[in-house]
Amino acid sequence: MTLLSLHGIRKSFGAVDVLHGVDLSVAAGEVVGLVGDNGAGKSTLMKTITGIYRADFGSIEFDGKDILALDPGQRRELGIEMIYQDLSLAKQQDVAANIFLGREPTKKLFGLFPGIVDKAEMDRQAAKMIERLGAHLPSINRSVGSFSGGQQQTVAIARALTFNPKLVIMDEPTAALAVREVQSVLDLIRRLKSEGIAVILISHRLNDVLSVTDRIVVLRHGRADADLVTAKTNMNEVVSRIVGGGDISAAAAHEQRG
Amino acid sequence: MASEMAQPGFWARVQRASVERLHIRLESLVVLLALSAAMAVLSPFFLSLSNFLNILLATSTIGVLAIAATFVIGSGGLDLSLGSVMGLAGVAGAFVAVNLGWPSVFAVIACILAGGLAGYINGQLVTRAFVPAFIVTLGMLGLARGLALVISQGRAIYGLPAAIVYIGQGRPFGIPMPVILLVLTAIVAHCVLAYTRFGRHTLALGDSEGAARAAGIRVEHHRRIIYTLSGALAGLAGLLFTARVNAGDPTAGINYELTAITAAIIGGTNLFGGRASILGTMIGALIMGVLQNGLTLLAVQSYYQQMAIGAVLILAVFIDQYQVRKESRV
Repeated sequence: MTLLSLHGIRKSFGAVDVLHGVDLSVAAGEVVGLVGDNGAGKSTLMKTITGIYRADFGSIEFDGKDILALDPGQRRELGIEMIYQDLSLAKQQDVAANIFLGREPTKKLFGLFPGIVDKAEMDRQAAKMIERLGAHLPSINRSVGSFSGGQQQTVAIARALTFNPKLVIMDEPTAALAVREVQSVLDLIRRLKSEGIAVILISHRLNDVLSVTDRIVVLRHGRADADLVTAKTNMNEVVSRIVGGGDISAAAAHEQRG
Repeated sequence: MASEMAQPGFWARVQRASVERLHIRLESLVVLLALSAAMAVLSPFFLSLSNFLNILLATSTIGVLAIAATFVIGSGGLDLSLGSVMGLAGVAGAFVAVNLGWPSVFAVIACILAGGLAGYINGQLVTRAFVPAFIVTLGMLGLARGLALVISQGRAIYGLPAAIVYIGQGRPFGIPMPVILLVLTAIVAHCVLAYTRFGRHTLALGDSEGAARAAGIRVEHHRRIIYTLSGALAGLAGLLFTARVNAGDPTAGINYELTAITAAIIGGTNLFGGRASILGTMIGALIMGVLQNGLTLLAVQSYYQQMAIGAVLILAVFIDQYQVRKESRV
């Protein structure tokens, strides 16, 4: 069943055309790798899905609904979450504040004043989520900025998973991580898939992409240039699709060494 | 990891607890007590109930402006027009009450409305015209002051009705009305900032606009509300001041934004947004009040007081930034 489908998405910033009509579809529970050179438009495309950018042309359907006119908050409500490359955390706020940002549970104070944020409930759920991810943080009440990169990543992941998403977009989730942490992110992606959650993985680490995805979409010059089934492709083909001709064998050999 | 988990000292733990639980920096409280003690030693007049009420009364206007500054700066913005908008609001209220002869309640509404309108314009310009807040509110500083002078034809408007004067000079239970209104405003503002989604979003927005946007917070809409709120609070400050001096003075509030912003920063508001507390700001406002009161009792010329406020502002930001660099990996 198709969860997300994009048709003819175009986006330009002033005179610079970034996306020239991208088609992309993702099924429920499917893991799709999105690869491409720097400047191919990967992040821009993802931000048109989350609603941070509004597409100039084209259509976006999610779960059978046209979501083109919805703002980022409404799209999150429908179940689209994204883990940004820069993590997009509010670094002076604590763990629970970040996880629940924009969706704080509220209660009535003395049964009278509505809209009081239920901090105790937030802390409880945040701690539970962090534990479920098998992560350890020094303290849940500390500002996120005092954590290490991996710990901050945990918070960003917890935020994306707390509200039962249907689609999780990950932008370079492993770029800044140590080897062991990379494995746990890949394990997490497999776990999400087994729970029926679709994942779009943007990564330059093609080994990661090849090991965890069902399909690989290559974005090149603002178009979806190739749509490969992971089981039927290999490093060489992916690399050649990314660089599009030129000295393919040298690039592929380099990737394999890396 | 071991070094990171090492037990922090007692002082560091108390510091952290006060920031996490009470949203105040302990240092500001220490400074307030030390400053008060110093003044008490230096001047025999400092420690008296009447002087204490004097300080609170003098702090009431600045305190309300400082609450406005706390919201705006906490959200990553800046409002330099606070003092001018306060002056404009006071004149607008006096004009409605005296020149138009309308009932007092309309004068009160006029103060808040004039302030709120100026703030609303600030917010519109910042979020729709993409003029930086620094420039927009600096421009409003000139615009509002000029308009106040135009409305009042450059002269203070006297002869306010008794009901208005009561707001500034009344003393139910011996406590000055402006002090009561400041405390009420501060309590409401504290609850809004610390315990509501609006307050939390305000700080998240100041912390990282990108994170707030990604979380689905309507960033521009939120900013417009903050600037409008800031203007309305400046309007309230204008009402308190006008009622206290019993005149709509077009030059009221000159340089008050300097003191208000300083109070907010001393109270622990991060100049670049993301961290703020009303409790802290109230301590900051009291520090400014004690400083000015003490210097006056010590017969220090007001010119030097102006210099002292400027120096304190720079010092407070320096200390704050030093702490931030030390504590965080941001």
